[in-house]
Amino acid sequence: MPDAPRHIVSSYEQELNQLRALMARMGGLVENQTALAIQAIIDHNAESAQAAMEQDPEVDALEREVESRAIKLLALRAPMAQDLREIVSALKVTSDLERIGDYAANVAKRSLRLGPTGNDISLGGLRSMGRLVQEGLRLAIDALGQNDAEKALDVWRSDKAVDEIYTAMFRELVTYMMEDPRNIGACTHLLFIAKNLERIGDHATNIAERVHYSVTGAMLPASRPRGSASPETPTP
Amino acid sequence: MSLWRKRPPVSAPLGSTPLGSASSESSLRESAALGEPVAVPGTSGHRPSLGALLDLVPHPLLALDRDGTLRHANETAQAQIGDALPALLRNPALGQALRTLLPGGTGQVDVQMDVPVRRTLRVSIRCEGAAGGAHGGSRRGLLLLSVQDRSELEAVERMRSDFIANASHELRTPLASLIGFIETLQGPAADDAPARIRFLSIMAGQATRMRRLIDNLLSLSRIQMHEHERPSSLVSVAAVARRVADAHEPLLAASGHSLSIDIAAGLPPVAADADQLSQVLTNFLDNAVKYAGRPDRPATIVLSVEPARAGIDPQADGVVLAVTDDGPGIAPQHVPRLTERFYRIEDGPGGKVGSGLGLAIVKHIVGRHGGRLTITSTEGQGARFAVWLPRAPVPATAAIGATRQR
Repeated sequence: MPDAPRHIVSSYEQELNQLRALMARMGGLVENQTALAIQAIIDHNAESAQAAMEQDPEVDALEREVESRAIKLLALRAPMAQDLREIVSALKVTSDLERIGDYAANVAKRSLRLGPTGNDISLGGLRSMGRLVQEGLRLAIDALGQNDAEKALDVWRSDKAVDEIYTAMFRELVTYMMEDPRNIGACTHLLFIAKNLERIGDHATNIAERVHYSVTGAMLPASRPRGSASPETPTP
Repeated sequence: MSLWRKRPPVSAPLGSTPLGSASSESSLRESAALGEPVAVPGTSGHRPSLGALLDLVPHPLLALDRDGTLRHANETAQAQIGDALPALLRNPALGQALRTLLPGGTGQVDVQMDVPVRRTLRVSIRCEGAAGGAHGGSRRGLLLLSVQDRSELEAVERMRSDFIANASHELRTPLASLIGFIETLQGPAADDAPARIRFLSIMAGQATRMRRLIDNLLSLSRIQMHEHERPSSLVSVAAVARRVADAHEPLLAASGHSLSIDIAAGLPPVAADADQLSQVLTNFLDNAVKYAGRPDRPATIVLSVEPARAGIDPQADGVVLAVTDDGPGIAPQHVPRLTERFYRIEDGPGGKVGSGLGLAIVKHIVGRHGGRLTITSTEGQGARFAVWLPRAPVPATAAIGATRQR
């Protein structure tokens, strides 16, 4: 962990730390919510689904608190350089986290409606996708907590794999639906679930971009590594 | 532990705070509790800090401020759960417990992490408050966390249920065919000598398949059980690669494929489990032999070991082991799913069937080593299976070896 230089005004330092602690708390919540949502689909666990949905209000409340604190810091302390970038990034990251929470809650909700029909359809693809998304999210939130631009870059690079698996799942599910129209209900839910997971991955990548910017001051290129025919990892 | 209560109530020396970034005003004040020397009976001069004492305990211990800021993680904690610390500390259930604990109170929280490897940590918390002291404030004091890694216990439990589920499902097919043949041999084909010979050879094949499947399942389970323990002994990757290549010579000769070995000089040191590393390469080569051939021509397989360079990750220092072939390649929609258990590509070339576990095993081995597996393929032009392993932190490895005899 880079040991940040201290500020002269210690109450300012304290406020910054409180903001960071809130962000970490929100990150932990959202991470947990995503894990629960994925568990809800893979293990058909209704309790996990319920727990994931119940966390949503807390995430929303934290978002509002982060926002108001960040704005207060901006207004009263007039931060400069990295502090400024960090606080502005916090404003954006917090809404990314909130969106992730929403998607996770939605996945959990759909897992309840999926019902027993979902059992015949292989959930292997979703499991892999869930893992990838969770890995990216954890790495992004680690990067956020430690102000680690390197980790952030790792997330940014790995988003491609999620896109690829999403495309593959899309095809697979469409095939199921064509085979037997009775699958359409479950498959539609699964499609939305996959889409939501993919969006969670995207928001994790957003967070990584923000962290990279906040630490280095340099924006990553607008075009992300996309899942495509060329499988080699591009260098930034 | 009543060490904190022996502290003189007011004039705690602020002095040295060897405990990382004490940043806020209040935490500077509070860190005195940790940085402050502890009276050791019978010694007059040397007074170790609490942080130093925690370091002596061979069990992961954490000390936190009341607001949840990490003040000190002892050496064992850093060695065993260092990489999981941020994720652990932001866990909502743990945070909830930390916020609600009163001075003198204790609590216990199980934290489960799914990625990058599955871990279960049982955290026992004790709140050491300055109960009713001169400073009075309820936010003062320390939280002591003792972390028990239950990953292995959980893994054993999961292994049992997984094994039953997988084994019963995957063994049913060959078993059904075995039973079918046995019934035929007992009944209609009892006196048919040519059929008996043919059936017995099919049955032997099915039995071998079942044995291979069980072996693979067991080895996968073993690897998963220790997945949370990073290997610490240094291994010559080049020697492992050569050994595996030598062992594959007969198989390659039989299949007609050609193997070339390309081992770069000046490889950085890597901490690894030599047996598991050779299993990774063995599985890669087995796959290449099985799937890289085309009906009209044998494949050229290259086993390469080189220092990490751009391609996998330009920043990462380490070693890349790769097996590249010029076979038919893999369709892109299959690539991300190859490491799933029992995921097989339906129309595999030549209808060859593996156990569906080879790459799952590789994935877990790589996870244990903190490495990364990349599979790249262009259809029609071949595939490349590469594993990146991080450079061993040389001084750290030496230090762990010196201080902990295990």
